[in-house]
Amino acid sequence: MKSLRIKNLKKKFKNTIAVNGINIEIDEGKIIGIIGRSGAGKSTLLRMINRLVDPTEGSIEFDDIKVSSIKGRALRKWRSECAMIFQQFNLVERLDVLTNVLIGSLGRNYNLLNLFGIFSKEEKINALKNLDRFDLSGIALQKAGTLSGGQQQRVAIARALMQKPRILLADEPISSLDPKNAKRVMDDMLKINREDGITIICNLHSLEVAKKYCDRLIGLSDGKVVFDGSPEALTTEISKELYDLDNE
Amino acid sequence: MSESLIKNHNERLKVLIRKRRFWNIFLSIGILLGLIFSSKIIDINASRLLSGLPRLGDYVAQILPSLETNSLFLDSKTEGSISYWYFNLPKYLHLLFETFNMALVATIIGSLIALFLSFFAAKNTAPNSLIYFITRRTLEFFRGVPEIIFAILFVWALGIGPIAGIIAMMLHTTGSLGKLFSEVHENSDVRPREALKASGGNWFSEMKFGLLPQVLPNLISYILLRFEINIRASTILGFVGAGGIGQELYLVINFNYYEEVSAIIFLIILTVISIDILSGYLRKNIIEAE
Repeated sequence: MKSLRIKNLKKKFKNTIAVNGINIEIDEGKIIGIIGRSGAGKSTLLRMINRLVDPTEGSIEFDDIKVSSIKGRALRKWRSECAMIFQQFNLVERLDVLTNVLIGSLGRNYNLLNLFGIFSKEEKINALKNLDRFDLSGIALQKAGTLSGGQQQRVAIARALMQKPRILLADEPISSLDPKNAKRVMDDMLKINREDGITIICNLHSLEVAKKYCDRLIGLSDGKVVFDGSPEALTTEISKELYDLDNE
Repeated sequence: MSESLIKNHNERLKVLIRKRRFWNIFLSIGILLGLIFSSKIIDINASRLLSGLPRLGDYVAQILPSLETNSLFLDSKTEGSISYWYFNLPKYLHLLFETFNMALVATIIGSLIALFLSFFAAKNTAPNSLIYFITRRTLEFFRGVPEIIFAILFVWALGIGPIAGIIAMMLHTTGSLGKLFSEVHENSDVRPREALKASGGNWFSEMKFGLLPQVLPNLISYILLRFEINIRASTILGFVGAGGIGQELYLVINFNYYEEVSAIIFLIILTVISIDILSGYLRKNIIEAE
């Protein structure tokens, strides 16, 4: 049995259907790329997996967790196991890098002292180790807002690792980065996938990047799965259809 | 063809201008009539104003100290010296300090309560719309009732003294800062909070790490502004028996101790100016530091 199972998942917003009946199963330990043009429902799908958005219909299950229907403490526990990084990095810009990384531990190991900005020595060491993996420990005390986009995204990955997640959801992680930084971020994601065995589900705009890094690609169009297979199986015709390419 | 178009256009423009002119004249006449009508109701008339004005000057002349240049810096026993004018300075300073402390305590406690309530009064942080509604209306009540009414109420209930003034100012501070804080929350960036939520953080950590770092400089700036306002307010509250320098000012006005009136007023003006400058400086530094 696959670990993440999505069945007949639908999401309706006021006037639009963002996700319209998706069925996918995902193996643990792989990098899955979700491709398609903007508005295809990629972001909504990812947000439903960690429940930033609630599904209208259908179910999401992970092992024996009924992700689509849990609430309260169980939901927060699921979110801590299912980390997320964002297109705009979503760091707290006025706090230093170390605190930003420590924030990742709040869902997993929360105590009242945290509310006063106090974290245990163990967590601090943990955070520094995670920063060090991405060569960021030198800027641990710098304010997050002063970093470049690429650095911010890698800090966000370090923050995600603090959650000790089983899955990492990445919502357009490189869309606002230049090619050099984009490569660095993708390499870092590859690294945590290969070294820690964390499943990665990644929304990508660039087909080139998706083909290079992903083990499996899922193509969405109008909220439906129109392609599901290995990068090699993605023909030029299908990708043209996926992106409605400007050959008209 | 094109000529007739231009002609047509000009015609329409003329009609528009005529219409606008009509409205301008109509509004001007309306405002003028309203002015005349309302001044009739509150009974303003020129002759009374003119005959009253010199009396205003009389009072100002009366409260001004009679200082003499050759005895200006002599001791408090000599008439015409500054120290004669300010013979009661130690008492004034003590009362001024009391006023200052009233404002300080009221601002600190009021801000803390306002901060607590602001989370429930902002659309994007309130747990549900009922709590939002109730908190908003509560804050409106605290803000809507003038401080002086609260002060009269608490002087009546708790007796004459600073505590009544402190509570009155505290309530008003809570009401106005609570509203301002909640609006700062509503304008905050949702993305850091989203990240906290997505990592499994609870509501408290979302507020502490996702929201507060963003809004804190704004909140501090508002608190300092409120402190300035409270310094002035606490002077006025003294008039109804709520302690501080205002109570003394009320006393000397009633007893017609003319020179003491000006002595106290100058002292108050000096205090307000220095607090304004100081907090303006602090605010500027806090905003620039970010």
